[in-house]
Amino acid sequence: MNALPWTIYVTFAGALLALLGGARSASLARGIALATAVAGLGLSLVAAGNFVPGAGLQTLVDVPWVSQLGIHYHLAADGISLTLVVLTGIAATAGILFSWNIEERTGEFFALFLALIGGVYGVFLSADAFLFFVFYEIAIVPKYFLIANWGSTRREYGAMKLALYSFAGSAMVLAGLLWTYAAGGATGFGLNELAAAAVTLPHTQVVIIFALVFFGFATLAGLFPLHTWAPTGHVAAPTAASMLLAGVVMKLGAYGCLRVAMPLFPVGFLAWQPVIGWLAVVGIVYAGLIALVQDDFKFVIGYSSVSHMGFVMLGLAAANTRAVGGAVLQMFSHGVIAGLLFAVVGRMIYERTHTRQLAELQRLPLHRLLPFATVVFVLAGLASMGMPGFSGFPAELTILIGAWKTSHIWALVAAVGVLIAAAFTLRVIQVVFFGKVDPAEVAAAAAHPLPPISLPEKLGSLLLLSATVIIGLKPDLLLNWIMPALQSPLFQAVLKKGTP
Amino acid sequence: MNNLPLLSLLVLVPWAGALLLAALPGLSARAARGIALAFSCTTLLLGLAALSGFNPAAAGYQFEEHHAWIRELNVHYRLGLDGMSLLLVLLTAIVSPLSLAAAARGARDLRLLGALFLVLQGSALGVFLALDFFHWFIFWELSLVPAFFLIKLWGGPGAGRAAYQFVIYTIAGSAFMLLGFAALYAATGTLDFTELARLGAGGGLAAQLGPRAILAVFLGVFIGLAVKVPLFPFHTWLPPAYAEAPTGVSMFLTGVMSKMGVYGFLRILWPIFPAQLHAAAPCLLWLALGGVVLGAFAAIKQTDLKRMIAYSSVNHLSYCLLALFAVAAGRSAPNAGATAAAFSGTLLQMFNHGLSAAALFYGVAVLERRTGGLRGLNDFGGVRTVAPVFAGLCGIAMFSSLGLPGLNGFVGEFLIFRGVFGLEPGIAAIATLGLLATALFLLTFWQRVFHGPRAGAALGEFPDLDRGERLTLLPLVALMFLFGVLPHLLTGLINPLVTTWAGTLPLP
Amino acid sequence: MNSLYAGLFRALAPEAALVVAALAVIGLDLVAGRRQTLAWRLNLAVLIGALGVLAAGVLVLATGPVGAVFGGTLMFDTLAVAVRVGVLALMLLTLGVVTAAPLSRQPAEYIALILFAGVGFLQMAVAQQLLMAFLAVELASLSLYVLAGYDRSRPESAEAALKYFLLGAVSAAFLLFGFSLLFGLMGSIGFGEISHVLGYQAMSPLLAVALVMVLVAFGFKAAAAPFHLWAPDAYQGAPTPSAALIASASKLAGFALFWRLLWSGLGSVSGQFTAQHNYPGWLIVVALLSGASLLLGNFAALAQTNVRRLLAYSAISHAGALLLGILSAGQSGPGPLFYYAATYGIAAAGAFGVIAVVERHGRCQEITDLAGLHQRSPLLSGCLLVFVLSLAGIPPLAGFFGKFAVFAAALQMAGIASPAGWLTILAIALSAVALYYYLIILKQALVSAPAAGAAKIPVPRAAALTLVVAAALLIALGIFPSVLLGLF
Repeated sequence: MNALPWTIYVTFAGALLALLGGARSASLARGIALATAVAGLGLSLVAAGNFVPGAGLQTLVDVPWVSQLGIHYHLAADGISLTLVVLTGIAATAGILFSWNIEERTGEFFALFLALIGGVYGVFLSADAFLFFVFYEIAIVPKYFLIANWGSTRREYGAMKLALYSFAGSAMVLAGLLWTYAAGGATGFGLNELAAAAVTLPHTQVVIIFALVFFGFATLAGLFPLHTWAPTGHVAAPTAASMLLAGVVMKLGAYGCLRVAMPLFPVGFLAWQPVIGWLAVVGIVYAGLIALVQDDFKFVIGYSSVSHMGFVMLGLAAANTRAVGGAVLQMFSHGVIAGLLFAVVGRMIYERTHTRQLAELQRLPLHRLLPFATVVFVLAGLASMGMPGFSGFPAELTILIGAWKTSHIWALVAAVGVLIAAAFTLRVIQVVFFGKVDPAEVAAAAAHPLPPISLPEKLGSLLLLSATVIIGLKPDLLLNWIMPALQSPLFQAVLKKGTP
Repeated sequence: MNNLPLLSLLVLVPWAGALLLAALPGLSARAARGIALAFSCTTLLLGLAALSGFNPAAAGYQFEEHHAWIRELNVHYRLGLDGMSLLLVLLTAIVSPLSLAAAARGARDLRLLGALFLVLQGSALGVFLALDFFHWFIFWELSLVPAFFLIKLWGGPGAGRAAYQFVIYTIAGSAFMLLGFAALYAATGTLDFTELARLGAGGGLAAQLGPRAILAVFLGVFIGLAVKVPLFPFHTWLPPAYAEAPTGVSMFLTGVMSKMGVYGFLRILWPIFPAQLHAAAPCLLWLALGGVVLGAFAAIKQTDLKRMIAYSSVNHLSYCLLALFAVAAGRSAPNAGATAAAFSGTLLQMFNHGLSAAALFYGVAVLERRTGGLRGLNDFGGVRTVAPVFAGLCGIAMFSSLGLPGLNGFVGEFLIFRGVFGLEPGIAAIATLGLLATALFLLTFWQRVFHGPRAGAALGEFPDLDRGERLTLLPLVALMFLFGVLPHLLTGLINPLVTTWAGTLPLP
Repeated sequence: MNSLYAGLFRALAPEAALVVAALAVIGLDLVAGRRQTLAWRLNLAVLIGALGVLAAGVLVLATGPVGAVFGGTLMFDTLAVAVRVGVLALMLLTLGVVTAAPLSRQPAEYIALILFAGVGFLQMAVAQQLLMAFLAVELASLSLYVLAGYDRSRPESAEAALKYFLLGAVSAAFLLFGFSLLFGLMGSIGFGEISHVLGYQAMSPLLAVALVMVLVAFGFKAAAAPFHLWAPDAYQGAPTPSAALIASASKLAGFALFWRLLWSGLGSVSGQFTAQHNYPGWLIVVALLSGASLLLGNFAALAQTNVRRLLAYSAISHAGALLLGILSAGQSGPGPLFYYAATYGIAAAGAFGVIAVVERHGRCQEITDLAGLHQRSPLLSGCLLVFVLSLAGIPPLAGFFGKFAVFAAALQMAGIASPAGWLTILAIALSAVALYYYLIILKQALVSAPAAGAAKIPVPRAAALTLVVAAALLIALGIFPSVLLGLF
């Protein structure tokens, strides 16, 4: 367990080294970045190895930081954080493998990438709301530069939109937290202290504060209708950044909702529960339908991310142990799967064919040109559809079970969402990989074969694929961590309240 | 030998074959075909091993395997085999290698085709063996994936659309079924079929879920299964899918996959929701009847032979459901004989339809292969004169499908009609219309294609069956005779089961 | 009496050091600078100036917080010491900027003026009396007017100086008028006595007029809306180091004085506006100024294409936040306010420093002039990143913690359901708006490609050192805010 804080330190140090190394040579920066990410993943796995599941956060470091405001440098972990830390490790490693071909400003790219990852680790391990917020914002800025610098379609617009949405969301969170701190007379920003302070506030205020904090975080989680940054951001981002965006950054938002908004303001949650649930299921269906009619391959995946994050939010809204556990599992699962989908679309296909238009891809005999990419995308697509055997299935099943307990109709709409997910995924598989091949293109392709899939790409795909299959077949590996964590008093306060 | 996880092996060996094929790039087409066929045939060996060790007198599950799997969800890895499963495993064992051989003839990308086919085969076997919803559903859904690609990649010109439609329809059904089981789990905390059936029979399920919710759950699961069978009016995906699929795959689809739905009705829907099924059965009877009659009449109207057989599949499978619903409706006085007959008929019909429909599709494949893809009813004439062996074998399959006494098809349909007449005479009377129409279109098929003077495509060079084709058709036809004459070979396996079912009929 | 003067002399030794340094700069330049190059003269002047500032700093620390001096005319408390050290540090920063900026023709006088302004700032930090306050403000302002118009080669500079001077003069008139009214009403010019008298005097119309006058005057000085009109022009036209000084040291000293005057002098007529109690006082006026500055600064900045004007509007919005800090300082003490003003000063001066270096090798007015800075000078772009992100309030930089501390204090003061509460929410919301224009700057510097023919920018060693130290300070203070907050 004590290895966990080092994930943060190692990653930030790696960011600095990559920046310095990048000035010398690009491959040095790559090596440093990969070593850092692997070290982070290794550390998180080591920590997972000697993790004893239990209720409540297990403190890792706790020293006073800004004593004037009662702020502590308090890192702690429970099964939920651990799950997400492992996810971050996986996503970071895969992301770096898939950005192996970045040649322009390599050092800066990996430095920003690792800075983002460091912030993400920090968020997942923070037990002090202030610290949480600091790491949360640290993760926002690198995103902007990653997209604006190395992105593609309308990158500056996408980057700016994403940054502003994230920042607006975090401003809401900041307002809510400060309000609680000040008005509730809290002595510090520890989650327990803030929860105690929130209890003393009048009901109306708690309802407003909850809305600020929850929807602030939910912006980043892509909750409908606050999701509009996500598709444009994903499309604009370079592959590794879209992988991280969908893979871990959206999870930051959901994690904030779960770790901060819900346990601190159970009463507020109760008031907003129906709204959140409906927004979640509407988002699932709406984003799915939009994905069904997109012409740009990456937009399809972008909207599918929104749809899948809807399941996470639905799990949270259902607010029982089962559903929330499923939501965390879905966070992991979607993190891995979305990463994979973006890797295929952005790296394997786009960078070789230079188009993402479905109509143009349709004419290419892609399943012959890029058989590896085809297989990976098909598997990832299946996983994304919630096909049993992959991690999406136990997650969505658990969420549906939990959601049914809370509201039959939510569960029903979500089931329709499962169907729509299948529809749009199959559609792109059909069109892109097995479309009506244009004979002229076949001849052209024979004359100019696409560059073969490189080793880093294969390794990254294997890493992500094995993660989704292992968790799909043995979800217990994560559920054994997640479920006990939900028994902590802070979570139970809201989970008991939220379950009718 | 007894410690061998026979049932897991049944599922996993084809999958292992698929993995092997996937892991060996650059395999020659011949080798790929050989490996695929060898792995496909293991099911027959393992199935026969299961048959030899099977105790036909026992009604419960045998060879059971039980391991804890997902503690947090109370999911157990549980496989078991009873008479019904055994029957279907054997059917799969027979149909699979033949379908694979048919599909592999002259196809490209044999390695991929073999791998996909083996995945499909393993998944289908898993469906017949799994006793816990969690992995049952894994197998159930997983079977869609290879089927999708087999149709899509090796199918006819409209294959893309057909495959998409097929998968979307099925997944739509599955999504509702998934929701239904989520709700069941939310109420009971288990996904084990036996456990759920126990609760369902005792009425505990209704108490835990509430009257309205259980109806919704029943509907969800019902839709999921009905799409798969398919029950009228959920059948619209079937004709294009069967018609566009490469013929070998159509053989498997109709021979094995369509049985998955019927199996689900018998294994899941009826035991877990007896009261709901009882309440709904009067309506459902009409749907099944619709399938029987309209399916047959639709087949008459077809000029595409594959679509014709596809519609005949709708018709034949509706018989199975007709029998089940007649029993579940339970409107007449308890009639143990009729009930037992209906059940036996259902099970036999599944098996027999698998054989005959597969053989018929193969017949069409032979026609297609000789004429470069022609399969219209009016494209041929007088094939008998140029290819007498082919005509003969095809004719036998046709008559088996028709229900001619002495061939296997007769036994199943006879038992079903006997059962349904005992329980629902009115319905049975109308259903005979379906029989009539079946005779009509099959005879039309026979007459147009095989009889008369040589015409159409048969005018050109039209060789008779070669060795491989005979090897495929002959076993099927032989089995048709065998089980037509000696039906007790099959009924012996399922009798105890049927007796138990009829005896413990969970009726109010 | 002698000991009184002795104390005064000891306490004012830093000011003396600055004056001596200023005279030395001019004198040496006169004597030795005739035959030397402009660069040499500048370096000498900066060196002497920096030594003077350092000496002043040592003296400030050596004296320490000795309390009231000279019969309470000056107050050397912790805040005074902190502000004086802060001001001197920011002046060092400004001197660093000077070395980076394009050469002016009379470097010695320029440095001397900066040092004279510094004397005013140092006085502002300790003034505990209306007259001293006025003198200090005007001493500083007069130097700044000249500094703003120092670049005689550009008409914009003259325009900036003129606007700054005219509006400054008006504000001085307001200030003097307000002060004299206060004196008339209270019969005293010492903050202590005023506070004492106000303790048993109700609000009167005349007092209200006096308060409004004073606040308007400070509004002018702090460039708070709606008295901000001079700021964009001054920032745009003034030589870059002058702008840096106006944005940094002058802000810190001004807000320190403002705090002292309002809370320790006029604290009892602050009024209140919590949900329960609502009676008028200067708080509400400050709140209005703050809200107006926040809104105007942030929204007007969105429309800017000139980087200096953008920084000016950003300064206006920061003035709004600082006024919020003034509001909350009654409850929390001056800690958050000081932290905010000091770190804002570092970031703003740093940003101007970067502009100055860029300007040495071409124009730097439009935001697009910064395009491709990452290729032209990675060091500059890295420093600019830190400065701008700190201005935007991104953790872990000091700008973030300043905002955080001020907002927390403001909310703690009156709870959420009060103007201060709403103002805080507004400020937080506007910080999201602000990110947009800050990112526009960074986009040019770090994302866009350089204009054709733009060469690499060599950074003078002193300037590089200054900028790196400033950036490091922002990071260090952001991570360890207790270093400053713990002083109070």
